[in-house]
Amino acid sequence: MSAAQNTADMFETDLLERHRGLRTGRTSLPLRSDEDVVNLRKQVRERAVAIALSLVDQTKLVTAASELARNTIKYGGGGEAHLDTLAEGIRQGVGLIFVDNGPGIPDIELALRDGYTTGGGLGLGLSGSKRLCDEFAIDTRPGEGTAVSVVKWKR
Amino acid sequence: MTNQDYATRISQLIQDHQAEIGAEWVAQLEALTVRSSVVSREQLRGHCQQFLSAFTVATRAGELQNIEHRSWDEVRDLLSEISSTRAKGGSTPSDTASFVFSLKQPLFAHLQTAFADDAIGLANASWTISNLLDKLGLYTIETFQRTRDQIIVRQQQELLELSTPVVKLWDGILALPLIGTLDSARTQVVMENILQKIVDTGAAIAIIDITGVPTVDTLVAQHLMKTIAAARLMGADCIISGIRPQIAQTIVHLGVNLEDVTTKATLADAFVVALQRTGTSVIKAAAKA
Amino acid sequence: MERIPILRMGDLLLVTIQVDMHDRLAMTLQDDLTERIVSDGAKGVLIDISALDLVDSFIGRMISNTAAMARVLDAQTVVVGMQPAVAITLVELGLTLHGVKTALNVEKGMALLGKNIF
Repeated sequence: MSAAQNTADMFETDLLERHRGLRTGRTSLPLRSDEDVVNLRKQVRERAVAIALSLVDQTKLVTAASELARNTIKYGGGGEAHLDTLAEGIRQGVGLIFVDNGPGIPDIELALRDGYTTGGGLGLGLSGSKRLCDEFAIDTRPGEGTAVSVVKWKR
Repeated sequence: MTNQDYATRISQLIQDHQAEIGAEWVAQLEALTVRSSVVSREQLRGHCQQFLSAFTVATRAGELQNIEHRSWDEVRDLLSEISSTRAKGGSTPSDTASFVFSLKQPLFAHLQTAFADDAIGLANASWTISNLLDKLGLYTIETFQRTRDQIIVRQQQELLELSTPVVKLWDGILALPLIGTLDSARTQVVMENILQKIVDTGAAIAIIDITGVPTVDTLVAQHLMKTIAAARLMGADCIISGIRPQIAQTIVHLGVNLEDVTTKATLADAFVVALQRTGTSVIKAAAKA
Repeated sequence: MERIPILRMGDLLLVTIQVDMHDRLAMTLQDDLTERIVSDGAKGVLIDISALDLVDSFIGRMISNTAAMARVLDAQTVVVGMQPAVAITLVELGLTLHGVKTALNVEKGMALLGKNIF
């Protein structure tokens, strides 16, 4: 098993445990280059369209995905994204998990603050993604890696 | 006797006496539903016949406990169809479920004859059939409700469409009167519509009139602010009009920041401002002497 | 290397973004625009994003930076055609695009630039 896979499993036990049984049709994509981000956006868009999310919700989800993917590459040294379609009874949603084996985030509270950035960006990636999605969870272990999970439900 | 044996025997019984059972069932139903002429006689007979045939075939497969099994697909589809038709016609859910339940009596009568010398067998078969028809009856109720829910959702959407009229006041000036109570979900949809209409008409200014909105809570106020911010990002501007004293109080009380948003008490005042902003002026023609 | 084409119309530079840009492409565009403003002596830049169904913080920053650099070079920037879904998302994201003028379409954008250039 690759290191990234190990990380994914490790985080999976803590992250949004209750979503485990609701996931179907997982696609896993590498996140290493700029092109990977473009591909990810396309795939997330397709998933959102597949469950007929409204245009605004689609855009919010894909934008959040773009932000988180960039974080994974820029701060996490590259990693993976897992795309799932969630089904809870009659409710449908799209779940995304971003995993990396990077240095982790030392102070999450700080990182989640609007405008805070260590990389010269706008500092809106994490906090913005949280606002754009219905559910947001982050698990980070200094020296081991980070996993961020978001869900957008169909209204 | 194994389950499969029972199943085969029951299935055979129904097949052999299908016509009689069908006739008795129809007679039952006609007596029951004499008041509602929702379903015509021919339609009723048609339904009964189709159901009995499908039921016979399904029981032969032997899965008498589980109506989700493949062998019951045709029966379930048929029941869905019957249920939907009746729902649209205005039947009550009980009527439709009764359609299924009333098959019990004719079936029991025939079971009694078939198992005349086997009390335990009769008890088992009766119980199995009763259980089975109960499940199928409940299935019709679920489908019925699902159809009604879909109708309600569609009506809600139509209502939503109706409640966001767009009025073009002048070149580049739109008026969007909001009507009715705004809950968080509805407000989001309405706001998206407003922005889309701004794009569609190429309006420079959109006047959002909330005279017809009885109350505004924090969430609605926030949505309003976000919509205005979004409109500005797109290159248009918004004016809020129709703010009644109570709403003004609520807004101040909630601490909503309206500093850089123009607000006017009436649509007329807002229109004047919009005209000024778009560089248009209205000149009174001289009165005829 | 792929580049986003920049058209020149008199004093005006016109860019129509029609592809899903990856970060490198966005940076290249920013560099190209800045160069062209100088080399063409442009007074106005019109960025048409009506085909973009996504603007994230990186692209947002690229647009802000471009406008800022243009201003330093004495040129005005107008961004036109932002889709409603994108606008709503940017507001939620917290991106304000301060200092960037916007208009609903190319025609209005040119009118806006026309007022200030001449």
